[in-house]
Amino acid sequence: MSSLPLYSSWLLASASASGSALANLSTVAYLLAGVLFVLSLGGLSAQDSARRGNLLGTIGMLIAVGITTVVGAGGYGPLGAALLGGGLIGAVLAARVAMTSMPELVAILHSFVGLAAVLVGIASYLDPGELLSPVEARIHEVEIFVGVFIGAITFTGSLIAFGKLRGQIRSKPLLLPGRHYLNLAMLAVTVFLGMRFVGAPTLAAQNELLIMTGLAGVLGIHLVMAIGGADMPVVVSMLNSYSGWAAAAAGFMLNNDLLIITGALVGSSGAILSYIMCRAMNRSIANVIFGGFGADEGAAPAKRDKDGKDGKDQKVQSVTAADTADLMREAKSVIVVPGYGMAVAHAQYPLYEVAQILRSRGCSVRFAIHPVAGRLPGHMNVLLAEAKVPYDIVLEMDEINADFPETDVVLVIGANDIVNPGALDDAASPIYGMPVLEVWKAKTCVVMKRSMASGYAGVENPLFFHPATRMLFGDAKKNVDAILDALRQKNSQPPAE
Amino acid sequence: MKVGIVKEIRPGERRVAVTPETVAKLSKLGFEVLIESGAGEAAAFSDGEYEKAGAQIRADTKSVWAANIVLKVQPPESHPTLGCHEAELLQPGATLISFIWPHKNKELVERLRARGATVLAMDQIPRISRAQKMDALSSMANIAGYRAVIEAASFFGRFFTGQMTAAGKVPPAKVLVIGAGVAGLSAIGAARGLGAVVRAFDTRPAVREQVSSMGADFLEVKIEEDGSGEGGYAREMSPAFIAAEMALFEAQARDVDIIITTALIPGKPAPQLLTEKTVELMRPGSVIVDLAAEAGGNCALTQPGSVITHKGVTIIGYVDMPSRLAPTASALYGNNLVHLLADMGGAKSWHIDEADEVVRGALILLEGKLMWPPPKPATPPPHDANAVKKPAPRASSSSVPALPAIKAAGHGGKGGKESGHGVQRISGRSQTIALSVVGVVLLGLGAVAPPAFLAHFTVFVLSCFVGWQVVWNVTPALHTPLMSVTNAISGIIVLGGMLKIAHSDKPVVIGLGVAAVLLAAINIAGGFLVTQRMLRMFQK
Repeated sequence: MSSLPLYSSWLLASASASGSALANLSTVAYLLAGVLFVLSLGGLSAQDSARRGNLLGTIGMLIAVGITTVVGAGGYGPLGAALLGGGLIGAVLAARVAMTSMPELVAILHSFVGLAAVLVGIASYLDPGELLSPVEARIHEVEIFVGVFIGAITFTGSLIAFGKLRGQIRSKPLLLPGRHYLNLAMLAVTVFLGMRFVGAPTLAAQNELLIMTGLAGVLGIHLVMAIGGADMPVVVSMLNSYSGWAAAAAGFMLNNDLLIITGALVGSSGAILSYIMCRAMNRSIANVIFGGFGADEGAAPAKRDKDGKDGKDQKVQSVTAADTADLMREAKSVIVVPGYGMAVAHAQYPLYEVAQILRSRGCSVRFAIHPVAGRLPGHMNVLLAEAKVPYDIVLEMDEINADFPETDVVLVIGANDIVNPGALDDAASPIYGMPVLEVWKAKTCVVMKRSMASGYAGVENPLFFHPATRMLFGDAKKNVDAILDALRQKNSQPPAE
Repeated sequence: MKVGIVKEIRPGERRVAVTPETVAKLSKLGFEVLIESGAGEAAAFSDGEYEKAGAQIRADTKSVWAANIVLKVQPPESHPTLGCHEAELLQPGATLISFIWPHKNKELVERLRARGATVLAMDQIPRISRAQKMDALSSMANIAGYRAVIEAASFFGRFFTGQMTAAGKVPPAKVLVIGAGVAGLSAIGAARGLGAVVRAFDTRPAVREQVSSMGADFLEVKIEEDGSGEGGYAREMSPAFIAAEMALFEAQARDVDIIITTALIPGKPAPQLLTEKTVELMRPGSVIVDLAAEAGGNCALTQPGSVITHKGVTIIGYVDMPSRLAPTASALYGNNLVHLLADMGGAKSWHIDEADEVVRGALILLEGKLMWPPPKPATPPPHDANAVKKPAPRASSSSVPALPAIKAAGHGGKGGKESGHGVQRISGRSQTIALSVVGVVLLGLGAVAPPAFLAHFTVFVLSCFVGWQVVWNVTPALHTPLMSVTNAISGIIVLGGMLKIAHSDKPVVIGLGVAAVLLAAINIAGGFLVTQRMLRMFQK
């Protein structure tokens, strides 16, 4: 509570300094926008209120931009062009993007925020606005330096994440020798440049700022290059957080409370989201951020599988789409476990039709979503929603894991690491300790996969050799279509009983 | 490496430490299995079956005890025919794995220590998710819960399931299960399976979900108090809570036909939940099964080990429920043992790994050195025993360690068990320390920084907290929309560009500002619109 008087006294001070009613108006409008953003994030935490949340966020943004245009007064030509142009590009992107490419879109948008923060920071250095007292100038410089630093890391890091998600950059982590020292060295140089920058007279330390920007860019690239593809969801969320901190830093340098509020909101919510995800994978944040996970290509467990043929013979039992359809017709309960493979093949539409046919036959069909399925948290939910799968039959791992033993058929579509039994019982496995969907406990488990290749984490999967497992090789979409055809044909005949 | 399985000598004990099936698994791990002749008889496993599975049958008890590792169910005791204590039959340096109950059997531990033995207690396996496959307490509790219902059914003179027949209507039996741990949940499942109407009560609010997943109604008292204690067990409650609880039981006693009590508090006598008065409120013909009989009983009238009738109400106080289902109990116990032996390296690389949390927890003696109790592991902090406080608002059910229990009971399990605690129940002391450190740093900052900065800083810190609070509750299904909305909102950086354009007259600065505004505008429009597109797809 003690902060309240402080804050309000500052409000008064800033109002009287500008001495205009407009300034007061803008303060109140910023406050309103901040409140709307909080409500927006709050609304997004539940299905029922999510749409309203998005609307509130949009209104908040319109208010913020509107009042800044009015109060700012000036430069309308270029401003309007940039706003309209950017808005148009954004709208087209949003309308065109395939739901499967959501992760890439989010990543590239993060890089925009990062770059914008860098530009604002540099502009702010070149033109600090009204004259400041020496102490204030010093603080202002620190703010610029920090803001540009975070912005540059966000920018290049997001670009790399974008490339990795698109598959244009190898998803295997790039592990330079002594990479931690490399990072430390870059950080040390940054601090050194920072000290020179802050001490320097106005506009004399331009070079330090630009060199640091480049260095931070390299650091961003290096940090994200060292992280394996399977961890991209966490990385995207971390970058989301960084973009928030960059905005907050910009708020400090521009004396703008709304930027600070919003940046802090986004920064902390992104950090929490990353934490939640790491927890779902049973990993620490540090483990993810400093990377290198999945680098050993699953060498240890994979090798053991080859030599360890003593007891069980490692035989894969394959099955055809028609057989799968028969299995499902006879099943009373089916659980579908989608993974990134489903997203790639766009199999969610025929899949839901399969589910509808089975449901009309009185079979219980549910979808089980692992917290880190796909390349973005909640990715599978979005795709299934796109195919109009009602969300009350889409369950989380915790809700459904207990039901596998009583399930007749489990259909795993393009998922691998999240259904790897090695995570529970093979201490040598790199994903050991991560909670997984226990699909092998079902009576039959059909795994659709293109080939026997290992998953994103590069870990061998003993599930494929499990006696209850049947492998259905081939493109997920074609296979689901084939199952759908088989079901439709048989369904036109009267049911057996 | 020889593993010996001796015949249980405790009167009435029908279980055996391995079944033919587990013998095969042990052989596969590389062990040579010796079994005392007749060891499996009471559990309906013949010597012939064991032999077929690869075991060697020995008539001589002592030669079985001479093995490197001896597996047993009950703790060693005085041998009635050999005239010595079983502990003395163990070879110096050999390993014994069985139930030990070191709290109660100090004298036994001393005997084994003098023998120079290594002893692992199956009752001390820590209840963490990795150890679920070895958790013999859970597997036995599961059986006890099931058997409790069967015993109750055999004394209860009516159907469990309601029926409408030509001869008239039969109402369903009403069962109250007190304590929804492994045994309680198993009892709920069994009673539901027979068709009864089942209610359950537990002091830990987090088990509500598990109770309803088993198909029972969760009863609660009107006082908010969280009874979750260390390691997934319950703890003692406040007097006010207990009074309310008693009133609830009395009301229920008038209504239900069968009460099954499973309430235990570790290291304490079982809480007395059913008084003589409560029992007398029940209709004649009703049945009480007291699974806590061995620890003194949850019912005041329970006679441990026997069945009594009080004013028409049958009170079952058997203490050997798992032994009454000997073949299944032996099979599950045997599997627990096999998992433990496999985790300890099998025959080829057998070793006692003190760094292994599970082995360390179960280790009572290491070559004659007392290792028990183990150093406190990082389990969830126990609540202050007397403090009456509200349950944490987000005490999500998935973060309660009672869950491994259900998993062991064969109903699968939930992920992320041990996680949540750290954040949601930061212990008071470390929070105080953290806060004071932050306080000092803030004071230092306040001494040097100008007021305008501090005002911004205040806003910044408070906003961080708001973001933190707001996002905690997000459902995983909405992670992607949330991320794209936060992404759109972080496009607020547009203000930075706008202010630069408006307030500067340098072309370079204006250029930079325009570029920033353009990028941020893409972000804003793209982020909000794509979120809207996504959310429009979500439907019930």
